[in-house]
Amino acid sequence: MNWTAIRAIYIFEMARFFRTLLQSFVSPVISTSLYFVVFGAAIGSRIDEVDGVSYGAFIVPGLILLTVMTQSISNASFAIYFPKFIGTIFEVLSAPLSFVEVVIGYAGAAATKSFIIGLIILVTSFFFVDIAIQHHVAMLLFLVLTCISFSLMGFIIGIWAKNFEQLQLVPLLIVTPLVFLGGSFYSISMLPPVWQTISMFNPVVYLISGFRWAFFGLSDVPVGASLAAIALFTCACLAIIGWIFKTGWRIRQ
Amino acid sequence: MSAILQIKDLRKSYAGGFEALKGVTLDIEEGEIIALLGPNGAGKTTLISTVCGITTPTSGSVTVGGYDIIDDFRDARSLIGLVPQEIALEPFERVINTVRFSRGLFGKSRKDDVVEGILKKLSLWDKKDNQLKELSGGMKRRVLIAKALAHEPRVLFLDEPTAGVDVELRKDMWDIVADMKRDGVTIILTTHYIEEAEAIADRVGVINNGELLLVEDKARLMQQLGKKQLDVQISTPIDAVPDSLAGYALDLRDPTTLTYSYDVRAERTGITQLLGDIAEAGLQLKDVVTRQSSLEDIFVGLVQEEEEAKA
Ligand SMILES: Nc1ncnc2c1ncn2[C@@H]1O[C@H](COP(=O)(O)OP(=O)(O)O)[C@@H](O)[C@H]1O
Ligand SMILES: [Mg+2]
Repeated sequence: MNWTAIRAIYIFEMARFFRTLLQSFVSPVISTSLYFVVFGAAIGSRIDEVDGVSYGAFIVPGLILLTVMTQSISNASFAIYFPKFIGTIFEVLSAPLSFVEVVIGYAGAAATKSFIIGLIILVTSFFFVDIAIQHHVAMLLFLVLTCISFSLMGFIIGIWAKNFEQLQLVPLLIVTPLVFLGGSFYSISMLPPVWQTISMFNPVVYLISGFRWAFFGLSDVPVGASLAAIALFTCACLAIIGWIFKTGWRIRQ
Repeated sequence: MSAILQIKDLRKSYAGGFEALKGVTLDIEEGEIIALLGPNGAGKTTLISTVCGITTPTSGSVTVGGYDIIDDFRDARSLIGLVPQEIALEPFERVINTVRFSRGLFGKSRKDDVVEGILKKLSLWDKKDNQLKELSGGMKRRVLIAKALAHEPRVLFLDEPTAGVDVELRKDMWDIVADMKRDGVTIILTTHYIEEAEAIADRVGVINNGELLLVEDKARLMQQLGKKQLDVQISTPIDAVPDSLAGYALDLRDPTTLTYSYDVRAERTGITQLLGDIAEAGLQLKDVVTRQSSLEDIFVGLVQEEEEAKA
């Protein structure tokens, strides 16, 4: 394992992040604050509590994951797509690295960025609502796993994409709907039975449910199922990445 | 001494089935500068990309410093630096950071004095904190060289380092290459400028249609394959070559100059007889000059021969 190389990629990517610090941090903070205003204040005045938790607090875990998932995907996909696009990928391909190191470097940096953003949103939310986190370790674990798995997914999208439209396509058409329908802003139990059943096929439901459990001790699905779902998702991404590595698909002719 | 780079029967077919390399075999000795000369589409970039790990070979083998580029890719690639044909750099990154990045990517621990030495050698030190987008084309090319040298490779590939570069910069580039050779780096460069191969290479390989047509010591190549020309100047102008000299395929370059081409390798050059026949035709000799043909003529001749062989 070429750890020096992993470090080089990681530092290089983090430097890009800090170069655009304002954008990186300010935009998630602003959009989260807007969600609090719109959902928390407007809707929260009609729904005061969900399962004994104030609505404002109830949406915090979903909001964090919403941002973390989209940020992980966009950061990781961009990180690998951009060198492909401008041609600097040649250097990575000609370096004494295996694909494993490339993935750790790029996806690791993307995951770190979204983890930081997740924490910032959490801190921001303290300004709006009172939250007492019940399971700190589990909360961090869920957050880290989500950052990693979605960064892996983003990495795959970045390798797959042939142009900027494709880069936006999957997040826009698949991920965003799944996240919004994943119970970020409501409890699945609030839905009619048919939609409850359909929701069970949405992997994001499991993630948000587990994450919310870590905050408030309540969940739509058993915590074990949430953990299994995220483990399965991570394994699927790793398998696809392994296949890309073996075949050189869309990177090495 | 065994070759630092050994390429054996290397073939590369692209996904569409197009065969860009048709069995290239080439040994390169440590410390030499070899120029691969060939027209656009000859397969020069493909050859370099395959050796450097950017594309995968279809068959054949390549070793660098004795390490196989597939089985021992880490050791093999550590020895190689690559300056690509197209300028590709992160626009917002700073010069020194991008060079440090390259060093790290190749697994070398950070050494600021090494990076400083490289940047100074390439006259980039005063630009070290500039963003790459602020640099001129020539400077960007230098940054690419600095990046390729950052991990102190023993073999350096330069893919068309002077394509689209003005004369001044081209001379600079040649100085840089000569400098690297003095440091003991083996250099493989591709070019379609013959004068470039002529100016800096120790050996020249000619590549066309995915085949290496020949590899020769530059001086010997010119000596062996060189056609020479003899310009015969006469005192009185004429409008046409006299019929009695038709057998020599003379070219009347101007009314007082007849040009005769001959092969230095030939047993008989025919010069003695030509001069005799010219005098016999009633023309008075004023002066004779011989000219050695350039690598360009040699190259054009070779490619033509190959094309004729196919037709
Ligand atoms: N990725 C590719 N897919 C298919 N054909 C390619 C690819 N890259 C190069 N070629 C073809 O291979 C041949 C050699 O190209 P290249 O190695 O770039 O030549 P050179 O560098 O000598 O100009 C050309 O005919 C080119 O069209
Ligand atoms: Mg080329």
